[in-house]
Amino acid sequence: MATITTTKTPRSAGAPDTPGWVRWVNDHRKWLFAAPAMAFVAALIVFPLAWTGYLSLTDAEGSVRAESEFVGLQNYFDVLTDTERFWPAVGRTATFTVVALLFEVVLGMAIALLLWRPFKGQRWVRVAILMPLVATPVAVGMMWRLIFDPNIGLANQVLGWVGIGPQPWLAGQHSALPTTIFIDVWQWTPMVVLILLAGLTSLSDEPQEAARIDGASTWQRFRHVTLPLLTPTLTVAILLRGIDALKTFDILYATKGRGGGSFHEVETLNVYAYGLSFDYNEYGVSSTVLILFFLIIIGAMWALTARRKEAQR
Amino acid sequence: MKPRPAYRVFRVVALTFVVLSLLAPLLWMIAASFKTNVDIYDPGKALSFSPTMGNYAKVLQQANYVEFIVNSLWVAFAATVASLILGLPAAYSMSRFNMKKSALVVLMARVIPGVSLLVPWYYVFSNLKMVGGFGVLIISHMFVSLPLVVYIMMGYFDSLPEELEEAGLVDGLTHIGAFRRVILPLSVPGIATSGILSFIFSWNNFMFALVLSDADTKTLPVAIFDFVGYASIDWGGLMAASTVVTLPIMLIALFVQKYVVSGLTAGATKG
Repeated sequence: MATITTTKTPRSAGAPDTPGWVRWVNDHRKWLFAAPAMAFVAALIVFPLAWTGYLSLTDAEGSVRAESEFVGLQNYFDVLTDTERFWPAVGRTATFTVVALLFEVVLGMAIALLLWRPFKGQRWVRVAILMPLVATPVAVGMMWRLIFDPNIGLANQVLGWVGIGPQPWLAGQHSALPTTIFIDVWQWTPMVVLILLAGLTSLSDEPQEAARIDGASTWQRFRHVTLPLLTPTLTVAILLRGIDALKTFDILYATKGRGGGSFHEVETLNVYAYGLSFDYNEYGVSSTVLILFFLIIIGAMWALTARRKEAQR
Repeated sequence: MKPRPAYRVFRVVALTFVVLSLLAPLLWMIAASFKTNVDIYDPGKALSFSPTMGNYAKVLQQANYVEFIVNSLWVAFAATVASLILGLPAAYSMSRFNMKKSALVVLMARVIPGVSLLVPWYYVFSNLKMVGGFGVLIISHMFVSLPLVVYIMMGYFDSLPEELEEAGLVDGLTHIGAFRRVILPLSVPGIATSGILSFIFSWNNFMFALVLSDADTKTLPVAIFDFVGYASIDWGGLMAASTVVTLPIMLIALFVQKYVVSGLTAGATKG
């Protein structure tokens, strides 16, 4: 993709007889253009985040208007020693993100490679790939809820045809999380496919040809030519998908409801924090969980971008 | 170079499997939306059933879905237009003046978990008597769509050579005039891309509306839950409701496939 380096040429605005305010507007266009959008986002982030940070140091609960007392780092101590809800939620968030991402990247890469070279009917495959991606996540959750229903769902019928007994799927204490991971993989693998396909299409053919002439096998060409060239795109895909997977909420709420099910089977950090805030009104504790969650996201992003810079060196 | 025949066969088989696994669940949902609840419970009626419009009648008449469709359309449309008005000039400035740090401020909105902002938002907006109104929903959805517009359009403006504005300046336009009359008309494909994506993301958004809407301003993703009772689920109604939410957006994507794909993959190949 073409990148244009911007060199500013100082130039007075328009014709010499323009009124003063027009000239002022033109001279200050850099910030006049950028400021409204930045102010909008900053106003919605900075103050709320600072407030969440403050709430995390108080015992606020019940109503946000109620009196609350400053308790210092007590919430952090309580949350970080909470092995009943917090640490299992961290574990589920990590499992969900890592496993879903792994499947999405491997499957996404495989499908993207299959679609790389043009063939008849490719257009229709691309359309099919787009459909899960744009479907409303809550509706997708409901759709799979019917398919995975232990009694009337299609999934158990299909298993029945091949002689496998019915599974509890979303209803099972241990199968619920893997099932939601499956749903996430179904909906978001196409995202990875599209990004990697864009990356593959932008690669030049020459290194491939050179490797072919040198007698490299298909696997060798993928491993030593395509994959290294595709690494920057792959990192973008992992970064985008990873952030969204960490924050998954819609399909978990749609399939298991509040608290991630009656045994908190799919309660990730996001679902836990939502429940604390809006089902139990434990604002102090929920803010603590959210600050820690935010730190985890920043940490994960930092680790990934550091790897990316290293790869570029 | 033609691929080997064995690979071609493998490709057909593998991609058929992929397409089937992606589309079959969606078709199953749509099929179920035309079945009575009795037929949904009967495995023998999986494919051979006499279609009924009863679920849709229930969704559109009893469950007031026409109102929620209008709500969803209005919120998504307003959030998209407002995001374009704020986002286009910002993306232009950030692209031309290479304002990487400022762009990062806007893109932060993509990273922060929405829940961490919702308690303060709820407090502030309820003090302003805005919770349950459309204003707060539009603002919260803009929080999703504005960064999208800025991100996509920055890449788009980067690809437009600066000589274009310079030619405009020579012709006596001001900088603002060059942006309005030269750059914006050339950016229609980019604006379409970011506008469509912003609409889709707003339409699909669930969490903000779950907290900030009330019975009258509910958007479709929240209204779906009307069909999930504590004791039992009205599967037919639920699938019809899910289809009503999803099908329009899938049809849009079908017709403007090119724009949706270029928006979703924007910036991915720059490294």
